Amino acid sequence: MRRGRPAAGAGLALRGLSSATVLAGLLVALLAWLVLYPLLVVAADALRADVVAVLRSRTEWAALWGSVWISVASVVLAAVIGVPLAVLFERYDFPGRRILGALMALPAVLPPLVGVIAFLFLYGESGFIARAVQAVFGLRDAPWRLQGPGAILLVHAYSMYVYFYLFTRAGLARLDESMLEAAASLGAGRWRTWRRVVLPLLRPSLGGAALLVFMTALASFSAPYVFGGGFRVMTTQIVATKLNGDLPTAMIETLALTVVALAGYALLRAGEGRGALVAIGKGTAPRPRRIASPLLRHLTLVLGWGFAALLLLPHVTLLVVALVPEGTWTTEALPPLYSLANFATLATEAERLRPLLNSLWMAAIATAGAVAVAVLAGHLVVRRGVRLGRAIEWLLALPWVVPGTVLAVALATMFGVARPLAGRFVLVGTLVILPLAYFVRSLPLTGRALLAGFRQLDPALEEAAQSLGAGRWRRLWRVTLPALRPSLAAGASLAFVTALGDFVTSVLLYTYETRPISIEILSSLRLSDVGVAAAFGVVLMTVSALALGVGARVGR
Amino acid sequence: MTDSGFLAIEGLRRAFAGRAAVDDVSLQVRRGEILALLGPSGSGKTTTLRLLAGFEKPDAGRIVVDGEDVTAVRPEARRFGMVFQHYALFPHLDVGENVAFGLALSGEARTRRVAESLAMVDLAGAERRAVSELSGGQQQRVALARSLAPEPRVLLLDEPLSNLDPSLRERTRRELRGAIRRAGITTVFVTHEQEEAFDLGDRVAVLSAGRLEQVGTADELYESPATAFVARFIGRASAIPGALAGGAVDATALVRPEELRFVADEGAALVGTVVERRFTGERAYFAVEGADGLTFEVLAPHGAARVGDVVRAAVGRVLFWEGAGDRRDQGPGAGGQGRGGAA
Repeated sequence: MRRGRPAAGAGLALRGLSSATVLAGLLVALLAWLVLYPLLVVAADALRADVVAVLRSRTEWAALWGSVWISVASVVLAAVIGVPLAVLFERYDFPGRRILGALMALPAVLPPLVGVIAFLFLYGESGFIARAVQAVFGLRDAPWRLQGPGAILLVHAYSMYVYFYLFTRAGLARLDESMLEAAASLGAGRWRTWRRVVLPLLRPSLGGAALLVFMTALASFSAPYVFGGGFRVMTTQIVATKLNGDLPTAMIETLALTVVALAGYALLRAGEGRGALVAIGKGTAPRPRRIASPLLRHLTLVLGWGFAALLLLPHVTLLVVALVPEGTWTTEALPPLYSLANFATLATEAERLRPLLNSLWMAAIATAGAVAVAVLAGHLVVRRGVRLGRAIEWLLALPWVVPGTVLAVALATMFGVARPLAGRFVLVGTLVILPLAYFVRSLPLTGRALLAGFRQLDPALEEAAQSLGAGRWRRLWRVTLPALRPSLAAGASLAFVTALGDFVTSVLLYTYETRPISIEILSSLRLSDVGVAAAFGVVLMTVSALALGVGARVGR
Repeated sequence: MTDSGFLAIEGLRRAFAGRAAVDDVSLQVRRGEILALLGPSGSGKTTTLRLLAGFEKPDAGRIVVDGEDVTAVRPEARRFGMVFQHYALFPHLDVGENVAFGLALSGEARTRRVAESLAMVDLAGAERRAVSELSGGQQQRVALARSLAPEPRVLLLDEPLSNLDPSLRERTRRELRGAIRRAGITTVFVTHEQEEAFDLGDRVAVLSAGRLEQVGTADELYESPATAFVARFIGRASAIPGALAGGAVDATALVRPEELRFVADEGAALVGTVVERRFTGERAYFAVEGADGLTFEVLAPHGAARVGDVVRAAVGRVLFWEGAGDRRDQGPGAGGQGRGGAA
């Protein structure tokens, strides 16, 4: 062990550049090629098209405006439901608080399209609730139609309040009890304390949730696609235009939605504040207060369980519908017969099993790739502090800012022609395009998790391993990756679940060979194969919940 | 290679963003010696330690161990053990796995070495315990055992006691010293606490603003500071205009509180009012303010004066002269041997 090896990176160094710099350059090139370049291609195509004609079109403006107001309304609704719930569960104590508090996050385990069809089965024209109302009041026709902006907002409120709920709870848990005590000792009453102390301190949490809901609602595709009817938002408009073959207009629409997304992102980020409101010192979090009045306590309990039941209804509905054999349920309010026939169909018919396997392998590959890129990015940005760090972070976040529809259109355009010199190849229609799209969409999820993980990681751990004689790979495998386990688990499970349930990008990029679960659900619905569609939904929901559960367990 | 230079640092330099954190530092550490790097924050002591470990690369200079130039050797090949300030124990590994991490041994020999290393830090049998269930002091001992297990050539410790409760420090310091002595390993450690440096180190290297001010034993640093910085940094010292201490007008004398004594003599040079008395038991420190911004501190029996009294003081041995021109070796009073020289 006497021989000294030359200093780090000598092998890879090119003309005086360190290996980290070279790797960072390669990473930026890869990300720019897959993330930024396709968007620029779309922008270039759009500007070459007849922009003026599209700008004159009233339907285009209506769709764009629809996207914006639906998104804003979704933020308001989600906040109105999520924030009070968070306050209730974080600040007050009552029987069943823990389990109910956990149940409140239930909508999160429903992949977008699955949630939408569950709502269809539940609240739709021929859904359980409509049938029940019809039966009770002896109506001839369905009492309502689940369609238009109201239906979209219902689904959004259900699935997106969770962001406000979780963010606000986390923010409240971080509050320093002494802040509230200080306000009280200075003579502030409960409302003044809330207005002047709690809300300002919660601003980063609320801002973060608002940003998340706005971007999710703007990118939302499944709900407007299924429930929109004549009401168009930009995502559904783009897909319709593209499927009609009017590519130039689709390019302009895509560019318009991108611009709105970027503007919304910039605006909300600015409103989020610098996040400088960090409490000084290490105070203890406020303890939940017991609700004193027995009447109120019981009322809370009843309302809490009632609300939880309401949240659980879509999941239950999906399961019930999945258990109904084809053709056995016609006019009855509740299905007369239950069996596992639909699940047996999934497992035994090769053509039914295929989408399931497709989704699994494509999601797995995309996740593995996105995790690997994120680990490399975290190492380069945080540990090595490379000069291109900001560019890497920005490129990793970009696919999240841009709606999935935009991303899919951009990838379809970019990889629809063969121009090798311009870095464009024909991947559309091949096995590669869908996993690639999932990979790009996963990058922000794994990137965020691992950058945060690396930032929390004590650099001394790696140095300790190094001083104990561990080389680069041994440090990575034995120290860095195990210590990053929580971030790896969080990022990977989120990426996997997103890819597994993906509908937005799949609908534009799938081929028959690579059709994923979501596409199969839709085509089953079209064929009125409701039970099979629901069975797919149950499988997707279960696998997603398992993946998230395993992720949370491993991450502990 | 002679023992006197088992570990040699020669002209070491490291700058961050143009500012020198370590500036031309040269040091020799004997085999088996414990050397403390002492200095205020920003003095470059931690950077020096990280340069020794290989986590930083020097802009200039060499590090030589036992005749081998290790300046360009990677940390993992350098065979320097390091105990980190916050220990950096691997949270996903248990105590035994942590200690075994750096061992090239396998099987029986590996198990035995882990057991021996843990026994050396009084943690025999703790192999299967989780790192998170150990107390701060125990974690520190595991970190020490882990770094010593592969039998490194040099042991480096970064603020080894700063992470512990003050009540634990003295005991842990004794244990640490015992363990290092038993291992007989050449050791360099960083601290900003003088007591820690003097108690644990055979010699102390005082650093300031990236430069090495002086290396010596506690007595040498206290009695004969080589620079004004050392004179002020080690122990207490008042700065008095040269003329009042019997020197040149443009010089400043640094005087220890115990070298000033209250006198009744009307002709005494130092006159002022007692503004504060800090009680330390039998004796007390008296802070005195005179005319023209003169302030000095006298160590005297606690009943010698009261706050508000006008007092006079005579200067004993001058510790150090600073200022242009006049260089003197001795104060006018007791025949001390304060070394002169502008800083």
